[in-house]
Amino acid sequence: MKGAPSRPGSAAEVAEAVRGAELVLPRGGGTKPALWSVEGADVLDLSTLSGITEYLPSEYTVTALAGTPLAEVEARLAAEGQYLPFDPLLVAAGSTVGGAVAAGANGPGRLRYGGLRDFLLAVTFIDGRGEIVRGGARVVKNAAGFDLPKLMVGSLGRLGVLTECTFKVFPHPESCATLRVAGMALDEAIEAAGRVGAGAVEIECLDLVHGLAGWDLEIRIGGRSFALDARLKRAADLLDTDVATLSGDADVTHWRTRREFGWASPDTSVLKLPLTPATAGALEQVLADLDASQVARVYSAGIQQAFVAWPAERVADLPALDHALTQSKLTALALRAPAGAGNQPVLGYRTGGELLRRVEQALDPAGRFGRRA
Amino acid sequence: MTTTDAADFLDALTRRLGPDRVLTGAAPMAAYESDALTAFRARPRAVVLVDSAEEVVDVVRLCAGANVPFLARGSGTSLSGGSLPVHDGVVIAMNRLNRILEVDPVRRTAVVEPGVVNLAVSDAAEPYGLYYSPDPSSQSVCTIGGNLAFNSGGAHCLKYGMTSNHVLGLEVVLPDGEVIEIGGDSLEGVGPDLVGLFVGSEGLFGIATKITLRLLPKPETYFTLLAAYDSLAAAGEAVAAVVASGLLPGAMEIMDNLAIEAAEAAVGAGYPLDAEGLLIVELEGEEQQVAAESELLLEVVRKSKPYLEHIASDPDDRMRIWKGRKSAFSAVGRLSPDYIVQDGVVPRSRLGEALTKIQHLGEEHGIRVANVFHAGDGNLHPLILFDGRVEGELERAEELAGEILRLCIDLGGSITGEHGVGMEKRQYLGEMFGEADLDAMRRIRMAIDPGELANRGKMFPDAEAPALLSHAPHPLEAAGVISRE
Ligand SMILES: Cc1cc2nc3c(=O)[nH]c(=O)nc-3n(C[C@H](O)[C@H](O)[C@H](O)COP(=O)(O)OP(=O)(O)OC[C@H]3O[C@@H](n4cnc5c(N)ncnc54)[C@H](O)[C@@H]3O)c2cc1C
Ligand SMILES: Cc1cc2nc3c(=O)[nH]c(=O)nc-3n(C[C@H](O)[C@H](O)[C@H](O)COP(=O)(O)OP(=O)(O)OC[C@H]3O[C@@H](n4cnc5c(N)ncnc54)[C@H](O)[C@@H]3O)c2cc1C
Repeated sequence: MKGAPSRPGSAAEVAEAVRGAELVLPRGGGTKPALWSVEGADVLDLSTLSGITEYLPSEYTVTALAGTPLAEVEARLAAEGQYLPFDPLLVAAGSTVGGAVAAGANGPGRLRYGGLRDFLLAVTFIDGRGEIVRGGARVVKNAAGFDLPKLMVGSLGRLGVLTECTFKVFPHPESCATLRVAGMALDEAIEAAGRVGAGAVEIECLDLVHGLAGWDLEIRIGGRSFALDARLKRAADLLDTDVATLSGDADVTHWRTRREFGWASPDTSVLKLPLTPATAGALEQVLADLDASQVARVYSAGIQQAFVAWPAERVADLPALDHALTQSKLTALALRAPAGAGNQPVLGYRTGGELLRRVEQALDPAGRFGRRA
Repeated sequence: MTTTDAADFLDALTRRLGPDRVLTGAAPMAAYESDALTAFRARPRAVVLVDSAEEVVDVVRLCAGANVPFLARGSGTSLSGGSLPVHDGVVIAMNRLNRILEVDPVRRTAVVEPGVVNLAVSDAAEPYGLYYSPDPSSQSVCTIGGNLAFNSGGAHCLKYGMTSNHVLGLEVVLPDGEVIEIGGDSLEGVGPDLVGLFVGSEGLFGIATKITLRLLPKPETYFTLLAAYDSLAAAGEAVAAVVASGLLPGAMEIMDNLAIEAAEAAVGAGYPLDAEGLLIVELEGEEQQVAAESELLLEVVRKSKPYLEHIASDPDDRMRIWKGRKSAFSAVGRLSPDYIVQDGVVPRSRLGEALTKIQHLGEEHGIRVANVFHAGDGNLHPLILFDGRVEGELERAEELAGEILRLCIDLGGSITGEHGVGMEKRQYLGEMFGEADLDAMRRIRMAIDPGELANRGKMFPDAEAPALLSHAPHPLEAAGVISRE
């Protein structure tokens, strides 16, 4: 890394910094830049580009500068009974608006209404030529022009430096509670998850958590307080086994811990893998083949994604994991990584390379954002 | 292109597809000369009827090799001129690519070819208790390929979103004939959201040949409430109150007096004829939850003092209410020989202001405007009534349409919520976005398609426009097969 990070205070200053640099690395709240530090890059620290610029509860929209901590956004929304339904990760850890968009990752709650991609309405970013570009509109529905906001989701700082983002928000369910069945076999848990999922009860979160005694199935239900008990009972009846219930603060804390990766030891790399109930078996096989069947992991959001905690002492096996995932057509993104865990955020199978190459060429012709991943 | 080159190109198409599936000449191609924005017409060089993805690839490669522009065409129901042929280009008709390749109840996905009709996906999912959520009112004819090119919506997009929120994976033929796969069958992905970029790109990035869609479980029950007000503003305030209450209805729609009157005359939905504003709010989901929410909804709506309320008593009654709403546009169309539909968006809280201004603008121009709109997401559908046979009326109607779009921009909204920019709104894209924004979009377009072969001339303000003809109902609409929303 080159010199001290610059700390631009406006989009224009970011644009200027980009124009003056050969290689730029945007950083949001990232406390541990080890994983994605790029040799010789100018680091743009966006933490000073911070603040909610517009919040219109009646429009279901909130706009914030890219360096705004998500914790601040969530607190403002909560005061009006609203929330970010994609359930951002690592909020307490200091995750920022821009970082969340660039990482494109979602928590277990994305099951109910969709992921960050579905809730990002507008963006302002600085492209690789140092131009200030806006895409989308600050209203909940819009079909004008190319959908640049979606393009920025998961772009990992490679297509532009985000300076401002507008999200759609929703009213928060009045109350939530969680049903839990412990110690199931994976097949059994997937089957039960499918049964509950296919039932009428609408689910906020559905996670399978790997533990010493097998898999725990956790189902969170939310809505009007008045109807909650009846709905919990209805879902529990479908499980047809011993069910424990978490409610109130215990429920809230439980899911907070999940999205802060409190279940994974701090020295592990936490990987996210897109999944379906049908491909969970393939991931299990990859882990078994690498003698890693005991690693902590969660199959989250209705088994649409896995979070896998890769142990620090097995860092040397990451290339083998990369290879095995590619063979099984699975992809992984490192969402948290300890120092020394290598500098490759994406492992495994990739698609769309040719289209992405052309888009990069358009937005960053000189390669100022690097050609990583 | 010289005459010999042109003949060679047609020969090559014919060798690949056979003479029956390469249409040339005025008569066979007449049906393809325009879409549902009938003001524009253009004569293509040829129309080809493809049967497989491989044929799409080969046709695109032939076009790229000969530098001939092309576009995919679904059912041609675009309201913005999106499927208008490119002059002297090739129209690739996708309707025969209409196989549903797979419905997977465990993953809750459907893999379809692009020519599959929107409603056919829900029909195929029905046995598993699933459905495909986006519901444009043209859903019985429009194709998934067209839907994804425009990111189409419908009345029920407030809660679960538009087309883009339901497309997981794509196989795409890029404009030079290269085939790529993007996305997958999971709701999650890694890397820039290329599927998200492709959806809504109005055919400018190439042709989708295989599409993985997300299916949702069918709601167990609905609660549909009709409330009549003596002013449009009061109906608008009721929407604001519902939003403030923390409820998230599946749909919130408003119709004005002219629209109510026309819908009543057309289908007899039982709407109160004297209402100035009619609100339809629908809750959907599981029984206990909807029961609890409906109490709150009634309480909130009653505070807004409608002079009449009606709760759908059974599924038939619900269908009747929706039939009135969904037929409203074609019904209003009967009041006038011609009409233009706009679909600008304004912030929800400025709906009242927008409607008042639209009314004034109409009066200034001496043109009647009816309103039916997706109030929940601020998506207006002003219907501008005119008579194309009267000298100058079309021009005045176009002018009014433009002023309405500018109004939407001024109020902080968008020029289109779901119908796309196409041919019609190109000049307004540059008013909504700045030069640097458009330039970034143009650079992406040029990097993907340097020859501008895919749907040339659409979306960007600087492209050349064909001559205006007249606004008449889409042939399918005249036949009563579809109606506008
Ligand atoms: C490769 C990678 C490594 C990570 N490592 C850690 C970690 O060690 N510890 C941890 O707590 N979380 C880590 N995260 C998780 C990530 O920080 C969270 O998911 C969070 O949402 C990102 O917010 P942030 O503000 O912390 O962003 P950062 O962690 O600072 O950045 C994450 C990614 O986003 C890019 N980025 C950040 N801001 C912008 C912007 N304004 N415009 C464009 N791109 C931007 C960065 O270049 C980087 O690629 C990592 C994420 C990624 C993608
Ligand atoms: C009466 C009426 C009611 C309507 N109601 C609604 C409504 O409620 N909501 C709404 O959003 N729209 C509505 N529309 C507009 C229209 O139906 C939609 O835009 C629809 O998605 C168009 O589908 P299509 O198959 O007719 O596409 P076409 O008109 O044939 O094509 C539209 C665009 O899609 C492109 N395209 C087609 N196939 C592909 C492919 N495979 N790959 C890439 N690009 C492709 C074409 O090139 C063109 O640019 C209505 C239209 C009418 C006439």
